[in-house]
Order: sequence, then C-alpha cells, then structure tokens
Amino acid sequence: MANITPIVMPKWGLSMQEGTVTSWLVEVGTQIKVGMPILEVETDKIANAVEAPDPGLLRKKVASDGELLPVKALLGVMADSDVTDAEIDEYVASYITPSSDDDGVEEVSANTFIDVNGINIRYVKRGADNGVPILFIHGFGGDLDNWLFNIDSLADKHPVIALDLPGHGQSAIKLPGKSITDLAKFVIDFMKAINVDKAHLVGHSMGGAVAAKIALLDANRVATLNLICTAGLGEDINSSYTHGFASSESKRELKPFLELLFADSSLVGRQMVDDVLKYKRLDGVTNLLLELGSALFGKGKQSEQPVKELTNKHKVLIIAGEKDQIIPPQHVKNAPSHAKVEVFSDAGHMTQMEKANEVNKLIIGHVSD
Amino acid sequence: MARKISMKQAINEALDLEMSADPTVICLGEDIVGGAGADGERDAWGGVLGVTKGLYAKHGDRLMDTPLSESAYIGAAIGAANCGMRPVAELMFLDFMGVCFDQMFNQAAKFKYMFGGKAQTPVVIRGMVGAGFRAAAQHSQMLTPLFTHIPGLKVVCPSTPYDTKGLLIQSIRDNDPVIFCEHKNLYGFEGEVPEGSYTIPLGEANIVRDGKDCSIITYGLMVHRSLEAAAILAKEGIEVEILDLRTLSPLDVDSILETVEKTGRLVCVDEANPRCSIASDVSSIVAMHAFKALKGPIQMVTAPHTPVPFSPILEDLYIPNAAQIVEAVKRATGGKK
Repeated sequence: MANITPIVMPKWGLSMQEGTVTSWLVEVGTQIKVGMPILEVETDKIANAVEAPDPGLLRKKVASDGELLPVKALLGVMADSDVTDAEIDEYVASYITPSSDDDGVEEVSANTFIDVNGINIRYVKRGADNGVPILFIHGFGGDLDNWLFNIDSLADKHPVIALDLPGHGQSAIKLPGKSITDLAKFVIDFMKAINVDKAHLVGHSMGGAVAAKIALLDANRVATLNLICTAGLGEDINSSYTHGFASSESKRELKPFLELLFADSSLVGRQMVDDVLKYKRLDGVTNLLLELGSALFGKGKQSEQPVKELTNKHKVLIIAGEKDQIIPPQHVKNAPSHAKVEVFSDAGHMTQMEKANEVNKLIIGHVSD
Repeated sequence: MARKISMKQAINEALDLEMSADPTVICLGEDIVGGAGADGERDAWGGVLGVTKGLYAKHGDRLMDTPLSESAYIGAAIGAANCGMRPVAELMFLDFMGVCFDQMFNQAAKFKYMFGGKAQTPVVIRGMVGAGFRAAAQHSQMLTPLFTHIPGLKVVCPSTPYDTKGLLIQSIRDNDPVIFCEHKNLYGFEGEVPEGSYTIPLGEANIVRDGKDCSIITYGLMVHRSLEAAAILAKEGIEVEILDLRTLSPLDVDSILETVEKTGRLVCVDEANPRCSIASDVSSIVAMHAFKALKGPIQMVTAPHTPVPFSPILEDLYIPNAAQIVEAVKRATGGKK
C-alpha cells in the first residue's frame, strides 16, 4: 500500500466536523502537484478549494459531488500507474475514517487560556515546535476562527499562535484600553506571558494596525509584518459597518452587515451569523464593541495610522481586496515604500478567507526568505 | 468559555448567575433547597430532580422551600414580583398549574393591563413539561397551548442547553410574567454553553436545519424528533428545514412565514394534544398569511386527543415519533422534491 496516497476531507477550524463536496476541479488521470486546487468543499461556515497536500496521479474519485462527509473521510486516491485498479478498490474498501475522537485531546490542548493583566485570553498554539512563531491577530469583532483556513496551512514549518483579543471571541469581555496603542501593548504582554520573544505578525483589519503598532513599540519582538485588509493605513473606514455590526441584535439585522465583509455575499451562511450572534449576545459585548468602535473609528475616521509610520526595520507584506467595503483598498497607495503589496481583484474585506490559498502562499514566501 | 453541559446544569447556571448579579432575584418552590428531613442543608437535594442543587449553599435564604401548596406560593411569588422582587418559582410539574389558574391567568397576566400599564410582574414560573418519564397522566402533559392562549403571559419552551440558559436569563430580566417550560426528558441532554451570562430575546425562533423541500415548525423535545426524521428523509433526497420556535408567546410569525415561503410546504410537530394546539395555531397563521406560497396541504403531527397513558407501551405510542414525522413530510410533499 506504500504507493497509494489518500486525499481526505480537511479540517478547517476547530468546529468543523463535516463538509460537502461541491465539485471536483481535476479529472482522474491528472498528475497532481502539491498546492494544486483539487476539489471544492463547503462547510456550514464557508466554501473553499481543497489544495493537494501531497503530489501524485489521481486514480479514483471516491467522493461524489454533493456528498456530505466527515473530516478525514476518503475523498479520492492517488497512486502510481503501476498500482492496479484492484489494489485501489481494495484500499478504498478497507479505508476506515479516523473517528473525530482522535482529535479530542488535540482540540482540548489546542484551545488554551491564559491570564494577561487580569484579562483571561483564549489562544491556540499548533504546528512545528521550533522556529520563529507566526502570531495571528484578528480584527474588530472577530476572533481566532477568522484564520480557520490559514492556521493549519502555515503550521508545517512554523509554530502558529492565534489569540482572541480582549473582549473578543472567548476571551474575557474586558478591554485593556480603547486605542490601537493599548491593544498593541496588551498583545506584547500576551507574547511575554506565553514566552514568545519574537514572532512574525499576521494582522487582519484592526489587527493589522495593532501588529504595526507592536513593531513601532518593540521592534525586536517582530520578525516580519503581514497585514491583510489592514487598518492604520489611511483615514477612511466604513463606520456604518462597525456601528451596525456592534448594534445589530438579531440575525435579520446582522446578516446584511456580515455580507459587507465578502465580495461574494452568499458566503455568509446561517452558521456564521449564528456564531457571531452568540458572541454578541454575551453580557457586555455590545457596549464594549460600541465603545471600542467609536474610539477607533468614530465618524468614519481611523484614530491611528501606525502602518504609515513603519520603517525598513521590518519586512512588510500588505494584502488587500479590491472589493473591500470596510476599509478602502486605495489605502495601499499609502504603503511604506519598502512594503510588498498584493491586491486581489475579486476579494473583499475577508481576503484571508476568500483567497486563503493565495494568501497562505504569500505569507509563507514572506516569512521564509 | 464554552463547554458541554446538560440542560439541567444550564438552568442551574442561569439561576446562579442571575442570583449573583441581582439581589432581587429569589427562588421558591417545593423541595428546591432539600425539603424537611433532607439530610444536611449544604448537601441538600436541590429539587425533585436536583436542578437547584448547590444554590442554597451559595445564596442561602434567597432560596425558599415552600409548603405543598402551589396556590399559595405561586400567589406569593406574583405578589413579591409586584413589590419589586424578581422571583423564580419552581412548580415542579407544570401540570400543577391547575390549582394556580386564578393567580396566573386572572392576576399576574392581567395586572399590567388593569393598572394602566403601571404594574409590573417580573415573575418566572418554571417547571417540567412533557411525556416519556413514566410519570402518568397528571405529571406528563404538554400544556404549552393553554399558557399561550392567555394574553399577558410569555411562554418559553427551549430545546437545547444553550437556548435554555440564554432564554432563562432573559425571562428573569423580563418585566412580564413568563412560564418557562422545561422538557424533563431533555434534562440530561448536553450541548455547548458559554460560562458567562448571555441572553436570547423572547419571541425569536431559530432555524436549526436548512432545507428547501419542506418546513417543519416545532419546539421542545420535538425539535430532536424532527432532526431524527430529517436525517432519514435526507437519505431519500428530501431536505427539510426545521424551525425551532423556542418562544411560543410572543410568537415569531416573521420566521414562520419566511420558511414556508421558502419551501412551500409545512409540517407542524407538537407534543401537545391536537385541538387548539401550537400546531393548529401555526397552521392557521400560515393558511391565512402564506396560502399562496403553499404547494400542498399543511400536515400536523401531534399527540392524540387523550391523556398521557401510564402503560409504558402506550406512552411511547402517544409521543410523536420520527417515523410519523417522516410520513407527514411525505404527505406534505406528495413524494415530490
């Protein structure tokens, strides 16, 4: 069986248990290269292309279009041409999907809490044991699940860490302060608390401004900066989004605001709206978001512009989506001259989800060389 | 932080959090502390099924054991609510409402209307509903339609631990009388629940499964029976959408009409007896306001028009099951997708 390589249902984020195969993107007989998109999978949260983790000749499609399958279920089989069809059929027949219990221990240990300055913070740490870690910082109203397509893909060569900022996700509903600088100082304290001396920072939206501010405050703590649809690179912001997101009280009110986040609004499914609403309904969250939102983005103007101040002490990658309806993509013209800038024409504000595979490649390239 | 707990623990947590946050929240009921003769108050039983266990040790005399006189303590809870407290009275089995009709229906439900909108009655009457517990006819009824019929009462009947905690906290904070119906066969049902306080507004239904072929509108334990049926139907290529009403009064009519307008077919599943039930109520609303969206006749799956039998075999037959729901969906869709 050594020559047979399975293609299995990926696990995107902690909560994914099953996915529906929407369509195959390659035919039997294709020589698959690592990273090639091979099929589309839709979960209750979002749809995305599955990229080949291994190379090989596609011999058999096991999963058919429209089929709902658990994580790690066999989707297809790759094998060299000298493997017979009978051997492949035997492999498929004897394949047993590992039960999700196998992941139980990993999930519990992957989801940890730490007290930082009296605020309980949830974070996950995964991937390689050695090397400079990659730290993911989400945006306003987000949480570490915003990185569900990114964390695992980047975990091969680097330790990866993602946190829920104070007042976000499953961290305590409490703020260390209401400025980008306050949040940046807090993340520095978080890095100290988990013994991370230096990290590659990946920041999305407000988290991008926080990452840039960390580099300005404590340059040696930052290896590279990877900023996606970042705040802090210009004045304008769609504050009707930040206010609407914070004040929406029902699915009906919230959904149109979440749809602004994506170029393709059909990506916003029921589960995504439900999950955001569950967070927003925690006591204190609405007020916290309204206060933070008006302090950072009141009257449609961003309060701090740390990305503009970055110097060539750090390598900077700036990624934007041309259909971003929250932060104008035109802000990239303010990028520091040494920054590498990539703009995706058909992505919105959640470019790291909408163009996950491309964004992952850019980050891997940027943190490696 | 979210972790898995049972519906019973979710109720306990909601009471604990609200008693900690608001000194006017008190609990009263039969044996909720431990009852006369229970061994040692700190290790008290905490109710007939242990729902309030541990709360006395934390909150002391803000939990009161009452005499076996529902008429008296439900009346006392309502009076205390009018005087500025937020009492949560446990009626053990909501079937016992029989001796509290005047207090609930004539007094609590009417005060706001009869005192110029100035009187508030922020009381929660909570207790067990539903069959399947081998508890016979007087301890097994699903009386939700009866409560729902009375203007001035709010009626909640959750299906998951998450909903239970959020809806109970909201019920305690609400300024109107709420009857909180807990299905006894869901007490052990576990689900993810955040540790902190959160609320779910009263009057908001929840889609628990997306589908395009037929809508099932239901609540309480029947949500789970409907999900079982949906899994069977999915294998045959029929995708049902399930709407969990969660709150029966006020009723989320918008969500009811929205799902029926999407699928064009409706099956109402209700554990209550069929006449003047939640199922018949929802059916009439859809027939009046979304008739043009319907592609086939509305179907209902309910208990029969009999008391709950004590014979275990008959009791199991009494409660609507997945097979009946599957058949009803097939009748509604006429075999078409």
